[in-house]
Amino acid sequence: MTGMNDDPAALLPELLLVLAAVAGLLAGSWLPRDRQWVVRLIACAACVAGVTAAVVDLTRPVQRVFDDTYVVDVGLGVVRIVVLTSILLTVGLSVDRFAATTRETELYVLLLLGGLGTIVLAGANDLLLLVAAYLLASIPLYALTGIARTGPGAEAAMKYYLLGALSGVTMLVGVTLLFGVGGSTQYAELARALPGAPRAVVAVGLVAVLAGLLFKVGAVPLHFWVPDVVQGATTPVAAFVATVPKIGGLWALYRLLSTALSTSALDWSLLVAVLAAVTMTLGNLAAFFQDDVRRLLAYSTVSQVGYLLMAVAAADRAVLAPPALGCYLAAYAVTNLGAFAVVAALPRAHTLADYRGVGTRHRWLALSLVVCLLGLIGTPPTAVFVGKLTVFTAAIDAGLAWLAVVAVLNTMASVFYYLRWILPVFRGSDPAARDRREPHGGVVGTAAACDTRRSRHGAAGGGSGTAVRAARTAHCAAAASLLLGVAAGPVLAVLAV
Amino acid sequence: MLSVVVFGPLAVGLVLLALPRLPDPAVRWTWVAASAADLALVVALWIRYDPRAGIGYEANVPWIPTVSSAYHIGVDGLSLPLLAMTAVLFLACAVYSLRQKERVRAYTVLFLLLQTVSLGLFVSLDLILFFVFFDVSIVAMYFVIAGWGHGERARRSALMFFLYTFLGSLVLLLGFIGLYLAGGTFDIVELAAAAPLDGRGPLAGLVLLALVVGLAVKTPTVPFHTWLPPAHTDAPAVGSAILAGVLLKMGTYGFVRIVLPIMPETWRQYAWVIVVVGVVSVIYGALVALAQTDLKRMIAYTSVNHMGYVILAVGAAGLVAGSSEQARTLAVTGAVTQMVSHGLITGALFLLTGVLYARGGTYEMAAYGGLAGPAPRFALLFAAAAFASLGLPGFSGFIAEFQIFAGSLDGAPVPTVIAVFGVVLTAALFLIALHRVFLGPTRAPGATGDVTAVEASAIAPLVLLIVVIGVFPRFLLDVIEPAARAVAELVAR
Repeated sequence: MTGMNDDPAALLPELLLVLAAVAGLLAGSWLPRDRQWVVRLIACAACVAGVTAAVVDLTRPVQRVFDDTYVVDVGLGVVRIVVLTSILLTVGLSVDRFAATTRETELYVLLLLGGLGTIVLAGANDLLLLVAAYLLASIPLYALTGIARTGPGAEAAMKYYLLGALSGVTMLVGVTLLFGVGGSTQYAELARALPGAPRAVVAVGLVAVLAGLLFKVGAVPLHFWVPDVVQGATTPVAAFVATVPKIGGLWALYRLLSTALSTSALDWSLLVAVLAAVTMTLGNLAAFFQDDVRRLLAYSTVSQVGYLLMAVAAADRAVLAPPALGCYLAAYAVTNLGAFAVVAALPRAHTLADYRGVGTRHRWLALSLVVCLLGLIGTPPTAVFVGKLTVFTAAIDAGLAWLAVVAVLNTMASVFYYLRWILPVFRGSDPAARDRREPHGGVVGTAAACDTRRSRHGAAGGGSGTAVRAARTAHCAAAASLLLGVAAGPVLAVLAV
Repeated sequence: MLSVVVFGPLAVGLVLLALPRLPDPAVRWTWVAASAADLALVVALWIRYDPRAGIGYEANVPWIPTVSSAYHIGVDGLSLPLLAMTAVLFLACAVYSLRQKERVRAYTVLFLLLQTVSLGLFVSLDLILFFVFFDVSIVAMYFVIAGWGHGERARRSALMFFLYTFLGSLVLLLGFIGLYLAGGTFDIVELAAAAPLDGRGPLAGLVLLALVVGLAVKTPTVPFHTWLPPAHTDAPAVGSAILAGVLLKMGTYGFVRIVLPIMPETWRQYAWVIVVVGVVSVIYGALVALAQTDLKRMIAYTSVNHMGYVILAVGAAGLVAGSSEQARTLAVTGAVTQMVSHGLITGALFLLTGVLYARGGTYEMAAYGGLAGPAPRFALLFAAAAFASLGLPGFSGFIAEFQIFAGSLDGAPVPTVIAVFGVVLTAALFLIALHRVFLGPTRAPGATGDVTAVEASAIAPLVLLIVVIGVFPRFLLDVIEPAARAVAELVAR
């Protein structure tokens, strides 16, 4: 070890998030409802400053701070940038829904805290810090899920909380076991002690810790909350919950396995590979015949986690694994948030059929949707293509060629349900289909209905029904997804250091 | 300059997308102008290119250095003819589409995108770049078929097309990754120089399998051809022309550009399999085409037949033991010539079936008869394209197929003789089709008007070019031969 390093400046982005959350909460308590945009400003400013600080940090050598419990390296830098950018995008797509409502301040503060938890999760180099980060990354999200105080929202929050509490306790048991046989909670110490420890105990402890992290990323077998939460929560929250925790959770998995267990005789690589294969397959199969767009996206995120886990499985056997993971995470976050932003931009369209004719009415929105969905498939030149390319390469390099074949088959299968969404977008809306739909729960939700509603609210200046800013966010995310794909070279070069 | 040729159409497309108020005629004429300018640039490239110089107009900029992938483009004798063919065919399609009325802007932008990816694929000297263009071509063509195809069925066909060819492309990607892990780079030129998988046993076999399957789906060869007939039947005429004329060549081009030079030893080892696949495609494609009553479906199956000749030739190029280098060069030259020739012929044929569909609303041959009377110019163009397709001397198809047979006979005499029967079958099916549609008493489900000036000015130049290549092939062969010899030498290493 390189001696103590307690330099708080190394944690500048994290500190900025804490400060912004506290300042936002205080300010929000005093501000009138129609001036809560100040909190939004504080949150955005903190994120922008945090991204800047994180970019500057990328140029510095690796720092191990606070008694080696927290590692500030390139991986954490990327997680910071991606998470902060994701918060910005989430704020962008929630403005239409939440501006000047009673919950606006709470939303932003909880987003900041949830993001902070995710970042700490990625940087944790100690099991106890990992548990603390897990809680910090989970509790704000429970509250966020129920923030709209709707029936489905409350149900989703309850499910999310119960499963989260269960996984959290399991994780604590795992931490206790590993501490018991390893004599330390620090990854570096564990790496030294675990090879001599009883294998069965290490295996049980590891699986228990994995349970918590798999819950966080929404991987099989702890994925049950994903569709309910994504469908039950408001769209901006769903976007955040389906995207951001995965970033920190996957990096935490990678760090834990490639550091603390790098010397262990356990074949965790095979375990993760099997989990990856099962996750992507189940996510895809479940997404096949979903008609609700948010449920479809929820299952699609489950399958994406499967591809991401491939990089974790290849962690210590392929040099390309960490850059692949970082690249895919960044690409996934931007693309997935873009798809959710389109959903948020058309608040009355819930089912695939409601998207009929969107292409003729909202050309750019439709184009953004196509870019994001094709991006999720992994079509070049979007960013996820580079992610998939590098992840597949890493997996084959690590001797997991069978996993790459499974992933290819899954990618092919995923084309089917993404296309089910894309197709109606470019078809003219016919009145017959609308009549057929109306008896079902009265969801008119055609783009036309959406339009009139939007213009009415826009004219009234209320803003709660307009989705202009969400649409703008969608355009930005789609453009970013394309740009990140074309300019993947520098991104990967930074990550590969 | 080459980048301008490749990305020019896309840039024009983006400008069109950003100008929503432009009236439709302006959009159509912009497309024609852009394609014409692109063709002019390609002609200029051709004139200034020296065939003995190897790769010309090269550009090599690092793109994703972490995996040694670069924006590496350039043309040589293999790609330049295909580049020119692509530019010609897209111009013909642009002219033909002057009568397009339905959602003109989106249609035009999609085709400009397709033009960029097609040209880009043929100049790519990097596997990732190649794959990017390969994949985007699938996406763009999917939208063309799903958006402008014939009726409800088109969406099913488009989905099948997408799923099938996308799976092929992903398998191809696995093969590319295999090459990268063996050679440490995605650069085609460097990989060809190193041939990193030679002597790697079963691993090389697996990589070859992935590459061959990936390219065979696109080509398509038996047994991976099942997506082709529905996609063609339901695609709009221009979409079919581009799909058959240009997109299918991406598969066969992949063989001569990537597989043969990079994996010579493994290719020689399995060349017999390829030859057999080629011959089966030839015969099966011809027989199934013979059984069709739908004119467009019939032409679609002749593509399987014609691509089979190319596969036979590239397979024969790997049979080093029994053949001279001269013969193998001839086979590769024939393969590339066939790609160019088939692109022009099948493009013309599909545009002509489009003319027929515009009049009668169906492709069923039984619905038509005796059209030579009311539509003599249409009959003339169709007959010329059909005779070219069946390999009559004086047309480009003969030049290509003669070289393929002459080049393959040495190494694989029996398969070549069998493949020659394919020509007989194609002759029979085209004669029957001509007989049904053009001779006898006049029958038509709709109007029987002759080709219009716009249609004629799109199709006639293609037919003219087919004849020019058939009569004066030297200008084409002089470009192809040095590159083909280089490929034949690389395979024999």
